[in-house]
Amino acid sequence: MSARENILARIRRQQGRSGPTTAEEMALVRANIREHGVGPKPLAAQAEDSLELFKRECQRLLTTFAEVDEATVPHEVARYCAEANIAKSLAGWREYSHLHWPAAGIDYAARAANKDDTVGFTGCFCAIAETGTLLLLSSPDQPKLNALLPETHICVVPKARIVPTMEDAFALVRTEVGEPPRSMFFVSGPSRTADIEQTIVIGAHGPYRVHVILI
Amino acid sequence: MQVQSMHFKRNASAKLNDAVLQRNMQKAKGKFVDGRAKAVSEVENWEAIRTHAAALRDQCLANLDAYLLEFEANATRHGAVVHWAETAAEACDIIVKIAKENGVAKATKSKSMVSEEVNLNERLEAAGIQPIETDLGEYILQLAGEPPSHIVAPAVHKSKEQVADLFVAAHGKPRLTDIPAMTREARDALRDHFLTADMGISGANFIIAETGTTLTVTNEGNADMVTTVPRIHCVITGVEKVIPTLEDFATLIRLLPRSAVGQTIANYLTLTTGTKMPGDQDGPEQMHIVLVDAGRTKFVGTDMQDMLRCIRCGACMNHCPVYQNVGGHAYGWVYPGPMGSILTPTYVGIENAGDLPNAATFCGECQVVCPVKIPLPDLMRKLRERQHDMRLRPWSERIPMAMWAFAAKRAGLYAFLSKWGARVGSWLGGRDRLIHSLPGIDGWTQGRDMPAPEGRTFRELYVQRRDKQ
Ligand code: SF4
Repeated sequence: MSARENILARIRRQQGRSGPTTAEEMALVRANIREHGVGPKPLAAQAEDSLELFKRECQRLLTTFAEVDEATVPHEVARYCAEANIAKSLAGWREYSHLHWPAAGIDYAARAANKDDTVGFTGCFCAIAETGTLLLLSSPDQPKLNALLPETHICVVPKARIVPTMEDAFALVRTEVGEPPRSMFFVSGPSRTADIEQTIVIGAHGPYRVHVILI
Repeated sequence: MQVQSMHFKRNASAKLNDAVLQRNMQKAKGKFVDGRAKAVSEVENWEAIRTHAAALRDQCLANLDAYLLEFEANATRHGAVVHWAETAAEACDIIVKIAKENGVAKATKSKSMVSEEVNLNERLEAAGIQPIETDLGEYILQLAGEPPSHIVAPAVHKSKEQVADLFVAAHGKPRLTDIPAMTREARDALRDHFLTADMGISGANFIIAETGTTLTVTNEGNADMVTTVPRIHCVITGVEKVIPTLEDFATLIRLLPRSAVGQTIANYLTLTTGTKMPGDQDGPEQMHIVLVDAGRTKFVGTDMQDMLRCIRCGACMNHCPVYQNVGGHAYGWVYPGPMGSILTPTYVGIENAGDLPNAATFCGECQVVCPVKIPLPDLMRKLRERQHDMRLRPWSERIPMAMWAFAAKRAGLYAFLSKWGARVGSWLGGRDRLIHSLPGIDGWTQGRDMPAPEGRTFRELYVQRRDKQ
């Protein structure tokens, strides 16, 4: 017998069930999954205005943010880069390549980030107020590396796409996308580590800075 | 990692006398305990979330075979290959074989305790494959050639000076002791490895039956590169990690980072389902998931099944007075603290880890903080009973226990012995009312004094007062 059969048989034997897993048992498990039962959520996440909660949680995570119109996103990026003293060249998602980047003095390359890029620019599928989290789904035009490799990650979040909790985000994935894509990537602030003497350092392997532009 | 748990007592005394370790441990303990307390206090309905989480883990464990099959079916549907390993050696064989078949020279790894359990790095090296640990803590330990001493903060026992020495030897750069600068140096050292590895090996905090998804929870962002950049992604995880749905993950992730380090959320949660899709610019071409038993099913269907609810947050060790003083290495295997005192004897055999279930003060704090309500002290007590029944405890413990049991079952004899015991104890206490040494069990009084009894037993006082009324 294979390892698979042995493991499954041992589980069943020890729980007092004989023979292989039955069709009824599988049906029961599937029915339970289909219910998508939701557990209790923190009260704070339910009561508040999602936008305000999102902003507050971003601050806790050291994510900075600004609120502008879509058309002025390039100007906000230029302002941010000047303030942070970083080069105004971005590796970004295709969906924002139509904005008037040159007018703001920004060099925008619509492609996946590589190790030489200093600023990665992305949108997001939605954002979660409860924890100040961005959800990025993988797709051909939405490479995840742009949110991971460069030292600075700038992300556009439409205010209408802020949902209260993670459960709401998953519900949105089911209705709008169906099956989950290869990667569902939840980003909450710049990367950090506390592995040396439990001292928190911002900027481990991922970005040092996360800047959210709310539109 | 080789099991050293049979030497717990010897290792623990060595660690207690290790001044550097003691200093490093004292620094860490407050941060974990205070951080958790603050994060938990912000969630009014913490108890309700805990109860729900424990119930959903139980429900999965009660039908573990069916949930695993459902996971397998969905992962396969998305292009992953699911492998099953009964033993540690089998798990390594599978991964080494995949690596060899695909001409892998270098594998980046994100933190995986299962991979430590099965000695994966050693096996990869023996096969000529270079494993690179990318979690900062694990990277430090790989340079030091040491096993982790904590499941969440593996290098918690090291000071920055010790890390600085390791970095000088490995990177050949000027010695730094500024922690942010040291972190940056490690980041630079690992960058190229991320981009040039042929295989990424990750663990999984959970696997989701509904979608066939595996997932990692990190703060550094290393697991996200490990699972995204190389052309092959290999997941190694335990069979108990399966949960039903994405919603269940949402519940558990409210508990995990708060319990572990006092964060409301970990910086990166990466849920990966299958392989790269057509047109994707990143993601692996092959995805392999190795489901490891290696002792886990020994808990299934027994009076200790609750242990499999564990979500590996580390809160039980952070709050354990024994762990806080001896550190993780004393426990002699991958899993330290209260959870390790139950997992290790069960996985590797109670005869190889006899002191672990006894390495507890039974203060009960671990059970109080465990986010999935595992009754850890009860489980340790069960292991102690089992040891006693298997005659695995030494005579020096069993004879006094048998004598005590004999007396305790005979009321008259017990009254007589305790009456005289209390008087002798009182006399031994002398002027300062402390007993400094106990003949025959002087180990007990080596590092502490015993308060002397006051000369009368409870039963005597009770009779006296009752008669007065
Ligand atoms: S036993 Fe509980 S407290 Fe300990 S690591 Fe597991 S889940 Fe956390």
